Amino acid sequence: MAEESQNKLVYAGKLGYSFRRHLHERFIETFLFLSAILSVAIMLAIIVMLVKESVVFFRQVSIWDFLTDTQWTPLFDDAHYGILPLISGTIVSSLIALLVALPMGTIIAIYLSEFAPFSVREIAKPSLELLGGVPTVVYGYFALLFVTPLLQIIFPELPGFNLLSAGLVMGIMIIPYVSSMTEDAMRAVPMNLREGSYAMGATRFQTSIRVVMPAAFSGIAAAYILGISRAVGETMVVAIAAGMQPNLTWNPMEPAATITAYIVQVSLGDLPHGSIGYQTIFAAGLTLLLITLVFNIIGHLLRKRYREIY
Amino acid sequence: MRSGKSLEEIRRIISLHKRWDLIFMITGIIALMIAIMTFVALFAHMLIDGLPRLSWEFFTSFPSRRPESAGILSAWVGTTLVMLVTAVAAVPLGIGSGIYLEEYAPRNLLTEIIEINVTNLAGVPSIIYGLLALGLFVYQLGFGQSILAAGLALALLILPVVIVATREAIRSIPITIREGAYALGATKWQTVSDHLLPYSAAGILTGIIIGLARAIGETAPIITIGALTFIAFLPPSPVKNEFPFISFEWLTAPFTVMPIQMFNWVSRPEEAFQLNAAAAGLVLVIMTLAMNGLAIYLRYRMRKNIKW
Repeated sequence: MAEESQNKLVYAGKLGYSFRRHLHERFIETFLFLSAILSVAIMLAIIVMLVKESVVFFRQVSIWDFLTDTQWTPLFDDAHYGILPLISGTIVSSLIALLVALPMGTIIAIYLSEFAPFSVREIAKPSLELLGGVPTVVYGYFALLFVTPLLQIIFPELPGFNLLSAGLVMGIMIIPYVSSMTEDAMRAVPMNLREGSYAMGATRFQTSIRVVMPAAFSGIAAAYILGISRAVGETMVVAIAAGMQPNLTWNPMEPAATITAYIVQVSLGDLPHGSIGYQTIFAAGLTLLLITLVFNIIGHLLRKRYREIY
Repeated sequence: MRSGKSLEEIRRIISLHKRWDLIFMITGIIALMIAIMTFVALFAHMLIDGLPRLSWEFFTSFPSRRPESAGILSAWVGTTLVMLVTAVAAVPLGIGSGIYLEEYAPRNLLTEIIEINVTNLAGVPSIIYGLLALGLFVYQLGFGQSILAAGLALALLILPVVIVATREAIRSIPITIREGAYALGATKWQTVSDHLLPYSAAGILTGIIIGLARAIGETAPIITIGALTFIAFLPPSPVKNEFPFISFEWLTAPFTVMPIQMFNWVSRPEEAFQLNAAAAGLVLVIMTLAMNGLAIYLRYRMRKNIKW
C-alpha cells in the first residue's frame, strides 16, 4: 500500500517534470524557429523599405524618364532622374573588374587544384583568404593613391579619378572569392574522372581543361556569378577612386559614378528625410538589388544543378 | 604501328603537350604572385606612408583640422562599441538559426524558403543593408543615427556568415553522438546544448570571428546610416558611479568608426591627411588580418585535432 502511493508520487513527479521539460523544449524551439525565420523577415523588410520609398519617388518621376533620361542630376535645380549614367558607370567598372578577376581567379584555381603541390596549396589558400579580408576602404585608398599614379605613368592624360584603376583594384579584390569557390568546385570532381583521363595518356593541362573543368562547370559558373554580383555591389573602391560624377560614358579613362557611389555621395550630405533626394537613393538601391538578385538566383539554380550531378 | 606514327613521333607529341603543362604551371604561379604581390604593394605603401604617424598620440587624440595632431580616438572607440552591439545581436540569432535549420527544421517548403533566403542575404550588397537600416532603424524605429542602428545593420549583414558556419560545424558531428544522447533519454535541446554545441564551438567561433572581421571593415552601410565623419567627443561611458552602474546611453550616441575616419581622410586633398589615412588603414588592415588569421588558425587546429 505504502509502496503503491510512493510509486504514484514518483509517477506524478515525473509527469510534472516531463511537462516542465516539454514546456522548456517548446520555448527553446520557438526561439530557434524565430531566429531562423528572421532571415526571411530581413529580406521582406529590405524589399518593403526599398519599394515603399521608391513608390513615392516614382509618383513624381515617371519610370520611362528614370530608364531613358541620359542625365542624373537629382540634387541640381534642373533635376534629371535618368539612371543610365549610374548604370553605365556600374557596368564599366564591373566589366574591368571581371576581366581581371575571372581569368586570374580561374587560373589560380586550376593551378591550386590540379597542379600545386600540397604544401603550396596549404599556404596559398589561406593567404588568398586574407586578401579577401582586407577592408574595401583600404582597397579604395590603394586604387586612388597607388594604382592611379602608376597608370598615369603609362597614360599621362588619365584623370585622378577614373573607372580604370577602380575596376582593376576591384578585380584583384574579387580574385579570392572566385578562385576559392572555383577551386572547391574542381576539388569536388571525383578522382576517378582524373584517373581515367590520365590512364588515356592525357597530360595534367588536358585533364584539367577538358575533364575537370567541364565536370565542375556549374560550380565554376556559380563562382563567376558570385564575382559579378560582388563587382556590381562593391561600393567603397568606386566611391573613392572613380570620382562621384554621374557621367554617361563607356570610356574607362573617365571619372564616373556607380549606383553604389551615388548612394554614398548622397548619404554624406545632409538630406532631409522624405525629400526627393532621400527617395532617389532608395530607387537607386532598388535597381541595384534587382540586378544582384537576378544574378544570385541564377547562381543558386546553377549550384543546385551542380549538387545533383554526383 | 597501325596509326602510322613512329614511336619517335608519339614521344614528340607527348613532350609537346607536356610543355603546355609547364607553361600553364608558370602562368598559374605568376597569377598567384600577382594577387599576393598586389597585397604586398598595398601593405608596403601604407607602411611607408603611415608608420611615421603611428604613435601613442595617434590613438589617444580626436580628429582635428590640423593633420599633424589628428588621431583616431573617437574612431576606435566607436568601432569597439558598434562591434559590441553587432556581436550581441548577431551571435545568438545566427547560432539559433543555424541550430534550427540543422537540427529542428522539418523538410518542407518553409525550410527551403529560409535556406534560399540565407543564401540570397549573403549575396545582397552591403550598401543595401545600409538603406534598410536608414529606413527601418534610423527613421521607422527612431533609433537615430546612433551606435545601436549601426551595430544592428552590421549584425544583419554578418548573420548569414554566422548561420552558415554554425550549420557546417554542427553538420560535421557524426549522427552517433546524437543517437547516444537520445538513447540515454536526453531531450533535443539537451542533446544540442550538452553535446552538439560544445563540439562545434570552435567551428562556430571561426565563423563569428570572420564575420566580425568583415563587419569591422565595412564602410558603406554605416555611411548610409549617416554616421558623422568628424567626431571630437566620446560616447557616454557605459559604466556609471551610481546604481545601476551600467548605462545604455551610449547606444543612442552619434559616433564614427575606423573605416569612415579613413574614408574621410582619403577624400581630403591635403597630402598630410592622406598620411593619416595610411596610418588608419594600417591599423585597420592589421586588425582584420589578425582576426582572419586567428580564424584560419582555429580552423586548421580543429581539422587536426578532432577525428570522429
